[in-house]
Amino acid sequence: MSAEIEAQGKAPGVNVHTHGSRGSYLIGLGYAILLTLASFWASSTDVIYPHGVPILLGVLAIAQMGIHLVFFLHISSAPDQTNNILALVFGIFVVGLLVFGSMIIMAHLNHNMMPMDRLMQMQR
Amino acid sequence: MSATEQALATGDAVPLSLRGPASTGVVAGYGFWLFLLSDIVIFAALFASYAVLSGETAGGPTAAALFDKKHVLIETACLLASSVTCGFGSLAVQSGEKGSTYFWMTVTFILGVAFLSLEVSEFSHMLGMGAGPSRSAFLSAFFTLVGTHGLHVTLGLCWLIVMLLQVATLGFQPMVSRRFFCFGLFWHALDIVWIGVFTIVYLGAHL
Repeated sequence: MSAEIEAQGKAPGVNVHTHGSRGSYLIGLGYAILLTLASFWASSTDVIYPHGVPILLGVLAIAQMGIHLVFFLHISSAPDQTNNILALVFGIFVVGLLVFGSMIIMAHLNHNMMPMDRLMQMQR
Repeated sequence: MSATEQALATGDAVPLSLRGPASTGVVAGYGFWLFLLSDIVIFAALFASYAVLSGETAGGPTAAALFDKKHVLIETACLLASSVTCGFGSLAVQSGEKGSTYFWMTVTFILGVAFLSLEVSEFSHMLGMGAGPSRSAFLSAFFTLVGTHGLHVTLGLCWLIVMLLQVATLGFQPMVSRRFFCFGLFWHALDIVWIGVFTIVYLGAHL
């Protein structure tokens, strides 16, 4: 990358520090394999307290997404990546609102809904 | 020489307002990054609808009865490997090596096709046993979410063919490298979405 680009921030995915090397992809691959196998193991094991498994799966998935962002997309907290990080944070915020908001609202509605047979009786 | 000219000449501490517009590479990459984030927001909406509807089987087959973990592990391996080979291919594009670009991107393409064919065989198996998208709300949500991901992979494969043809006809012009770079971002982002799919849809089914 030229000095000009360095001075104006970086696009995501531009791998400057290990330019031309495969190291970062291989490290990322190692971590990703480890985390994938861990989540497949966690979903079928009896060792872990059953109610804890969904939380563990969530943690493993988020960790693997982080690994992919850092080692494959080369997102970092460097000052020239501020724009990319800000956009990413906003994206995560919207995703969180959408997913958890929908789940909370629908669970709440489901909870407050009259049982279907009662509803049918009233319509008669 | 004014203070501003001096600062510009040394290159150090140039105020942001005086640096001029960012280079095309940075603008294109950042714009594509914003597109990818908005694409992930679409997937978030599909994930939310799946999470809400995953229990509504309407007497049809449940998630635990339909999904085979080993099948999903092979699909995951294909996509993860293709992400890494795509990274190697991007490095080859950056350093302008035609031979290794063709090699790694062809490997990426083959792994992508392997992933897609596994997914299509799963879908046709499900359709064959009467578990199509019209069977229940759960299956509608499933086919929409996983089908949208598969559609993205299909479009990515078409894009990859176009990029290989552009390298063959135009060579590594800045514009071609830029597009290849955006393709790499797209492919890695699809792998990130797949992490959510296999965790929530396939592993979540067996809890």
